[in-house]
Amino acid sequence: MMIELIVNSVLLLFLLIVAIAVVCLRQLLVSVMMFGLYSLLTASIFVVMLAADVAFTEAAVGAGIATVLMLAALARLPAEKEEARPRGQFWPLVLVTATGVLLIYGTIDMPGFGNADTAAHRGVAAQYIENAPVETGIPNMVTSILASYRGLDTLGEVLVIFTAGLGVLLVLGAIHPAIGSRLNSQEGQSSDTQEQSG
Amino acid sequence: MTDYLILRVTAKFLIPLILLMGLYVQFHGELGPGGGFQAGVIFSAGLILYALVFGLYRLTQSIPVFVLKVLSSLGVLLFAGTGVVAMLLGGEFLNYSLLAENAVTGQHLGIFLVELGVGITVASTMLLIFAVFADQEGHD
Repeated sequence: MMIELIVNSVLLLFLLIVAIAVVCLRQLLVSVMMFGLYSLLTASIFVVMLAADVAFTEAAVGAGIATVLMLAALARLPAEKEEARPRGQFWPLVLVTATGVLLIYGTIDMPGFGNADTAAHRGVAAQYIENAPVETGIPNMVTSILASYRGLDTLGEVLVIFTAGLGVLLVLGAIHPAIGSRLNSQEGQSSDTQEQSG
Repeated sequence: MTDYLILRVTAKFLIPLILLMGLYVQFHGELGPGGGFQAGVIFSAGLILYALVFGLYRLTQSIPVFVLKVLSSLGVLLFAGTGVVAMLLGGEFLNYSLLAENAVTGQHLGIFLVELGVGITVASTMLLIFAVFADQEGHD
């Protein structure tokens, strides 16, 4: 228990340092790498909490794909830098501090960490734990909850991913017709004509 | 990028392992941590590594963007289709218990199909987004 406390404290401290570094660093490339590191630290915290599935997702998506996509987006930015040093940072600071204080105030009402008596643990969770292995015959409870009990949620998630891809394709394909047509060069005439007209 | 020998050799060694890991996570999600979402991301990460080292052109030659678009929709269709089939068999949307004679077997089949749909959509959409972002003029 003591070791877990120390590990958690160290990880959260690192998380705080990395978060501040992401905001303070001026080079975007370093910020993106630090953001990947942030996700990796978050994944480590999830592992300590024994949430292997969540940690897996965070490591693969946050530290992996998101970083690569951010780098790919960075590569598209123009080379010249824009030195923006906005004045009057006082009121934004006050606003951010006030929001932060309110958020921390909101956490006071939250149940204690790992408290088993909370509503979340006394509701459907007990039923899932009892019934999931019997009803679905699948040992990994997370899979049976995500895919079966909350199948509609997961369908929504997949639709979000699909829509994101669709949006990126439409926006970047429309703004840069050359990119769209070069990518589509293998697929025939129909989409080329669509992009020219759009 | 293609001139770096060590990078190319290492990538060639790593890519099959990453793809195998993706398939393992996809079809082993019922037993261990993971599932369609993670598997799709890992699988696409392997192919993105290929694109980063050997160039996007060679990736889109083997997997045309057209195919990615079709696969991306096919996964959603597989997921929703499983739900519709359950409805046609007289149950609720996404009620897998009716997909087979035995309710547990039906759940197994339903979850397998649904996770496969998630994996296909996630992998192809991630590749699609990467391809659109990474394809730019004067950069190879």
